[in-house]
Parts: sequence; structure tokens; C-alpha cells
Amino acid sequence: MAGIVVHQDKIPDLSAVAALCPFGAIEVNDGSVLINAGCKMCRLCVKNGPPGAFELVKERRVAIDKDRWNGIAVYLDQTDGEIHPVSLELLGKARELAGKVGHPVIALLAGAEMGKAVAEMRHYGIDKLYLYEHPLLEHFRIEPYAAVFEDFIKRCQPAVALVGGTAIGRSLAPRVAARFRTGLTADCTFLDIQENTDLDQIRPAFGGNIMAHIRTPHNRPQFATVRYKIFSAPERMASVSGEVMRVVLDETLLGSKIETLSSSRKAPVKNIEDADVLVVAGQGIQRVENMTLLEELSQKLGGMLGGTRPVIEAGWLEPRRQIGLSGRTVKPKLLIACGVSGSVQFAAGMSGSDKIVAINIDPGAPIFKIAHTAVVGDVCEILPSLLKRIKAGEVAQ
Amino acid sequence: MKIIVCIKQVPGTTQVDIDEETGVLKRDGVESKINPYDLYALETALRLKAGCPGASVTAITMGPPQAEQSLREALMMGVDDVMLVSDRRFAGADVLATAHTLSQAILADGWETGVILCGQQTTDGDTAQVGPEIAEFLGIPHAANVTAIQDFSAGALTARVDLPATEEIIRIPLPCLVCVNKDIHTPRLPSYTLKKASRGRKVRMVTLADLPDSDPAHYGLNGSPTQVIRIFPPEHHVEHERWEGDPEALAGRLYDNLRAEKFLA
Ligand SMILES: Cc1cc2nc3c(=O)[nH]c(=O)nc-3n(C[C@H](O)[C@H](O)[C@H](O)COP(=O)(O)OP(=O)(O)OC[C@H]3O[C@@H](n4cnc5c(N)ncnc54)[C@H](O)[C@@H]3O)c2cc1C
Ligand SMILES: Nc1ncnc2c1ncn2[C@@H]1O[C@H](COP(=O)(O)O)[C@@H](O)[C@H]1O
Repeated sequence: MAGIVVHQDKIPDLSAVAALCPFGAIEVNDGSVLINAGCKMCRLCVKNGPPGAFELVKERRVAIDKDRWNGIAVYLDQTDGEIHPVSLELLGKARELAGKVGHPVIALLAGAEMGKAVAEMRHYGIDKLYLYEHPLLEHFRIEPYAAVFEDFIKRCQPAVALVGGTAIGRSLAPRVAARFRTGLTADCTFLDIQENTDLDQIRPAFGGNIMAHIRTPHNRPQFATVRYKIFSAPERMASVSGEVMRVVLDETLLGSKIETLSSSRKAPVKNIEDADVLVVAGQGIQRVENMTLLEELSQKLGGMLGGTRPVIEAGWLEPRRQIGLSGRTVKPKLLIACGVSGSVQFAAGMSGSDKIVAINIDPGAPIFKIAHTAVVGDVCEILPSLLKRIKAGEVAQ
Repeated sequence: MKIIVCIKQVPGTTQVDIDEETGVLKRDGVESKINPYDLYALETALRLKAGCPGASVTAITMGPPQAEQSLREALMMGVDDVMLVSDRRFAGADVLATAHTLSQAILADGWETGVILCGQQTTDGDTAQVGPEIAEFLGIPHAANVTAIQDFSAGALTARVDLPATEEIIRIPLPCLVCVNKDIHTPRLPSYTLKKASRGRKVRMVTLADLPDSDPAHYGLNGSPTQVIRIFPPEHHVEHERWEGDPEALAGRLYDNLRAEKFLA
């Protein structure tokens, strides 16, 4: 049995061991130490406990033949034939990973009328594009889309499957990963690949200021989701390349118990992901009244307002404006963080920005570690003064 | 008709920190609470039940013995039945092993049809994947990102789903699994009367031996395809400059900088 094994005789002091585990998974029961279901395998007890007291015993698994799994696959997320930009970003990353291990880049596209989308996607360096086109695939419904993905995996045997972290991808990827009894790492912020095709996946974890490096060493394909704006989109190439493989699935496989009664386009609102400039409010702006200062600044800069989770929870901004792990990921040309502490969950959603200016009163605020320009001072004093100068500058022109 | 809600106990504080020198994870306060997103699932379940005579709501959680507390809170909100899925062999479960365990527990409970509700995501795992994986293990359809349930009758749910570019109304027959979004309904507060009424109540515990698939290889770390190789504090390699001084001077410097870089005309 794999797991943490406790060597009771190597624990000199029972009173101190429970505190080793931040998840409360170490129990002391009638003088013996036990690991309960709260264990997250972070192995801090192995590292920091009495020498030899906690041991990670690994199970010997049946080795799989990794050479039989070839290719870096990308799911092309589409609505009415429009490809979500996160899919392009994943194609760029897939090309990079594929280059390291000499694999092809394979893509999966499913939908009703995909002619235009296919033509466009041929400009992004895909080696093989598998196209599943059928009227039954017009709307996203989980069973037929999962069936298509399953067929695609069986056909291509890719080593890696990358899926965008959209509402569709986050519903589809787990479904298919579970079907193949394989691992899926959500919201990766960094991806690399080993020579043996093991995917190195890094994401913030345990709901804390911690990054976890995750691998799926005994299963294929290795599924990962990545959110929009984490990676950069590759340049569109002038020429077309790659093969298009059209797959016709038996209609019985495309059936669904779900009926789409209506589907309406959401009003085209400008999203913070698409803004070039973002002014971001953190709890440090103190009062909701100060939002008007930020609003004014963002207007002057032709940008948009964003916020940290506490600001959204306070109702100072609408939920679509939340930046971070449980909000959105942004990558603007300029981001001005006002009174933001810079937790890892927040940073996960914005650290790729071209230029980060942070205004914070605390010289030790973590945001200063990721800011290009660290402005140590009171945002409630600096912003009014800055706005005054901007207005004076406008008058002078 | 059985309505099942999957809830998870999560740390009450989100402040986890890592000591850069020793690599020790520091977590202040050991308090735990129900994953806030799961409160919306609980509220939705209780409302579905109210409109469906004869229905009952069961809250289930997989976790350590102390997770019983979150089930007690669910009882105080008004669920009919609770189930704690706990066994040492579930330790170290990733998404796949968690979803397998929960689906097995649901089957062990004699579930055939009805609705399973999940929250959008957890505040500690934060993957939003456990729900869809449970549905796959049970072989039933699911819908995620559900923002409203408009109708629940004639063996089907009519739900509003928020997709990347569209908003769809779908009809999904039972049995099915639904992951509800935050804010679908405002969760009710625990009731004092229910608290008193459920005080002495025993919480049903399900262990590996009670599950239809009792092969330990499918649970906990054994059943988890993903492995945490290491954990580390985030590293930053940013060229940065630091400005200190009085607010007026700082504002002036920022103004000049924004102009120089053409962010301001
Ligand atoms: C699983 C999980 C997911 C999460 N997801 C997100 C997410 O998506 N997005 C997100 O933002 N958070 C998220 N969080 C919460 C996150 O951990 C932090 O709590 C949050 O980002 C802090 O927001 P803040 O910086 O606004 O507030 P605080 O941490 O309270 O920081 C306020 C800052 O303002 C400074 N300040 C105070 N007064 C002034 C002043 N007058 N002038 C200048 N500076 C001042 C302070 O020095 C401080 O640094 C998540 C947490 C968890 C556990
Ligand atoms: N250990 C667990 N016990 C019960 N339900 C869970 C558990 N983990 C996750 N869930 C359910 O799955 C949803 C998504 O969780 P996650 O994938 O961890 O973000 C949660 O909102 C819960 O409804």
C-alpha cells in the first residue's frame, strides 16, 4: 500500500507530531500516531518530523509503455465556429513542448459547421487536425463531446492533452480524464516536458501561498487545463500547414439525453482580459468612495478597473472584474495595483502583465516582488495628486 | 426521490504561508468550515426538495473524521440525512481518487436516480473537477456552470448554463449531476431549532469495506494518477525599481513615467 507509513518507535515526543501537519491529518490515538483521510501528500511530516518517523512508501505500479503515446494534443474550444483565443495560446505551448520531445502537435476540433474555423486553424502550425463535424455537435452537450474526445484519444494516443480552462473545457476535460482513469491538473501556470514525456505541471496549491509541482508519471494521456492569458499566442503564419483528418462518428455515439432549449449569445461586453491597461483595487484603498479615484485614473489611461477577491466580495466591483486564481487571468500592457497585498492567488492571475506598477504602504508587501515599479506610499494620497497632474497636463496642451 | 449534495470541509482561514528557509507550511488557526461554494449547492438542494413532495436531501462528504462537523452544519440547515466517507486508505486522494470514492459512496447508499449537486469549486482544492468526474464514474450526464434551475418536474431539470460565449437553457433528465455557480440562491443560515433537534444524532460513516469496489488500489494515493513532486514558495525574478518618498514626489514621478512610456498623452 502506498502512503505515509508511521514508524512509531522513532517518535520520541507524541505531543509535538500533530502540529507537523497543516491539514490536521496526523492523529494521536491511544499512544499511537495515525494518518487520516485529511492527508494531502505534501510530505512535510517526512521532511520536518523526527528522523525516520514518517516514510513515504510508493507502490510499484505496472509500467506503461510511454513510447506508445505520441503527440501533444490541444482541444480547440469553439462557439459557432469561433475559436476561443486560449486555444491558440495552447497551440503555441504545444509546439514548444512537442519540439522538446520530437512529437507532432495534434488538434481536436468538434462542432457543426467548422469550414471557416478549419481554414483559419491551418495557419497555426498544427501537424494533424482531427475534425469531427456533425449537426448534433452544434451546441456543447457533455455526452457527445466526451464521446468525440474519447474517440480522438483512442485514435491518436497523445502523450499530453491540453484543454483551455473555459466553462466548456472545465466541464469536458475532467469527464474525459476520468474516462481514461488518468490524471488532470487544473489551471496550470507553468508547463514543461521531460525526455520521457512526463509533463511538469506547476500550479498554486492547497489554497495557500504555495506552488505545487505535479506529474502524472504512470498514466497517459496527461491532461492539463490552462486558463486564458497564461501563455502567449503564437504569430499567425501566412502559409498553411498540416493535414486535416475528417472523422465521421456513428450517430448513436453523438446522442445526448440533454436537450438544448435555447442558446443566446451573451452581450459583447468588454472583458478585463482584453484591456491594455488595468487599474486594480485592493483592500488597501480603504473605502468604497475611493473607487472613484481609480475609475477616473483608468478612464484617463483608457483602461478598465479590476479588483482583488475581497474587493469583489465587498461588492465594490462586479464579479467579472475579479483577477486571480478564482477570477480571471489578465496580461495587459500596464497594470497598476492599488492597495493590493499580492497573494499568490492574485498573482496567479496577473504576473504575466508587461508592466506592473504597485502602490502599497507596506514596504514588505509581497506585491513588490512581482512589480516592476514598486511605489511605497499611501494610495489615498498618491492617486489624488497623480490625477491633479494629469488634469493639469491636459489643460496645458 | 433522492437529492444528494457533495460538500467538503475546508480550512476556515485561507492564510497558508511557507517558511522560505525551512520549507514548513504555516497555517494559522485550525478552524474549518463548509466550503463556501457548497453552501449554494446545499441551498439549491433544499429548494428543489421544497418543490418536490417526497424528496429527501442527503449531504455527503469525504474527509477525515473531523469533517463530521460540516455534516452537522448541513443538518442545521435542514438536510434530512448525512454521510461521512472516511477511511485511512483514502489519504492522499487526488481528483480522480476523490471522485471515485464519492461515486462509490453514492452507489453504496442505494442511489439509483435523482439529482446530485456539487459546488462550483472548493477553496482549498480549487479545481472545479470533482463534480464532472463523479458524473463520469456514475455514467450520468452533467451540467457545470449552472446559474439557475427554472423547473424541476417530470423527471427532468431545466437549467440555465453559462458558457464562454453563450447562455443556454437546457433540459437534463434524471439521474444527473449539476454543479451550481455561486449566487444561484442566497444560502440560508443554520437554524437553532434544527441545531437542537440534531444534537445527539449519529452521523453515518462509510468506510472502504462498505463500498462496492473494495480494491484499495483505487483509493487514496494508490488510486491517484497525479503526484505532487514538491511544493515551494513562488519565485520571482523581476527586474524592479523601488520608489520611496513623500506622496507628492511619488505622484510626480509616476506621472512622468506614464507619460514617458506613452500611457498618457
Ligand atoms: C483558493 C483561493 C483562491 C483565491 N482566489 C483569489 C483571486 O482569484 N483573486 C484574489 O484577489 N484573491 C484570491 N484569493 C484571496 C487571496 O488569498 C487574498 O486574500 C487577496 O488577494 C487579498 O486581497 P487584497 O490584496 O485586496 O487585500 P489585503 O491582503 O488585505 O491587502 C491590502 C493591502 O493594501 C495595503 N494598504 C493598506 N492601506 C493602504 C494605503 N492607504 N495605501 C496603499 N496601500 C495600502 C496593505 O499594506 C496590504 O498590502 C484566493 C484565496 C484562496 C484561498
Ligand atoms: N472531499 C469531498 N467530499 C465531498 N464533496 C467534494 C469533495 N471534494 C470536492 N467535492 C465536491 O466537488 C466540488 C468541486 O470541488 P473541487 O474539484 O475540489 O474544486 C465541490 O464544490 C464539492 O461539491
